[in-house]
Amino acid sequence: MHPARKQRLIVVIAIVILSSVAIGLLVYALRQNINLFYPPKAFSANEVPRNVRLRAGGCVSPGTVVRSEDSLQVVFTLVDPEGSLEVNYDGILPDLFAEGEAAVVNGQWHDDNIFYADQVLAKHDETYMPPEVAEAMNNGEKHEATCAEMSYGS
Amino acid sequence: MAWQWFHRLGSPRWFYEKSSRWLVWFAPLSIALMLVGIGWGLGFAPIDSKQGDSYRIIFIHMPAAALALAGYYIMAIAGAVGLIWKMKLPFMVMKSAAPIGAALTILTLATGSLWGHPTWGTFWEWDARNIFMLVLLFLYAGIVVLAEVYPSRDAADKACAILALVGTINVPIIYKSVDWWYSLHQPASIKLTGGSTIHSSMLYPLLVCILAYYCFYTLALILYTRREILVREARTSWVLELAQGQGKSNKAGDGL
Repeated sequence: MHPARKQRLIVVIAIVILSSVAIGLLVYALRQNINLFYPPKAFSANEVPRNVRLRAGGCVSPGTVVRSEDSLQVVFTLVDPEGSLEVNYDGILPDLFAEGEAAVVNGQWHDDNIFYADQVLAKHDETYMPPEVAEAMNNGEKHEATCAEMSYGS
Repeated sequence: MAWQWFHRLGSPRWFYEKSSRWLVWFAPLSIALMLVGIGWGLGFAPIDSKQGDSYRIIFIHMPAAALALAGYYIMAIAGAVGLIWKMKLPFMVMKSAAPIGAALTILTLATGSLWGHPTWGTFWEWDARNIFMLVLLFLYAGIVVLAEVYPSRDAADKACAILALVGTINVPIIYKSVDWWYSLHQPASIKLTGGSTIHSSMLYPLLVCILAYYCFYTLALILYTRREILVREARTSWVLELAQGQGKSNKAGDGL
């Protein structure tokens, strides 16, 4: 290879590596802010600030969803293998919100250890299957995912 | 001597003449694959047990996202080759890849937003995947604009190539964002290692769609690059001959 071209090749590689390192460090420094939500274990370990707007995410524990009879009020518990968080929400839930499915809630964690949400988002998992297959896998019972299988990235 | 073949590849005229023959294959192939893939996915694949019909956006959304990422590498590598070997053609490919990539990124964001509303409960969320995809759109848009603002074409090409190279780190960040951070976006369903978590009745049309998008991307890149070649080489003798030849045949056509 021509020496001048070799030199330009080195410059190009240097641009890619240096900019990658710079942006990589920036993203690493901001990793806490890039996380969309706190997992329930952070609430159980008391690592989350109270009375400020933030998001929590986890699996809606089966059997904990209690709906009020005369309003849209709903109470449920978000869990992960190492913690749990009680959530209180007044509003319309998204279609995919279900027991045993993941959800992300937006709101404030008050001193009474209850998370008062003003927005609930359903987090879909990466499994796609036709209803017949889902039914066969659950032996004809109503589909209900188990929270034990849930794992969240880092 | 060993690099002579490589320099021949960099000739715009050689590419223009060869690609006329490639177009004959790529144009019908990409249209046929697109019709089969989208038709199969949207019309015949079974519904999803949880999302119902709204999951079908995957057949448009996921391949567009994949090509927006792959296209960024094509653009950056073309820019690097142009910088190192100072050839004309790679810069033309780089400039042509930017608007196609931007269009695919917009398609990804728009379809994702339409799917997000019924599924997540919101059109937009400042999720890691969403944020870095938006950064990708800005990078593509930046290159489209940067290519036009410089009075000198050489300076514009160099600036675009450097911006494209600086942005390459964004591609692996987008790809791994759902694994590195707690995010609302679900992880990949098609896995290179281990079993895919999408049922085969939905996976096959999705694979056809991905193949169709790759063919369509190649077709679009060839067409845009041919246009760019004609614009930049407008003063060369072979382009003038080409234009005169077409002019004559047009006149003959008018005579009839």
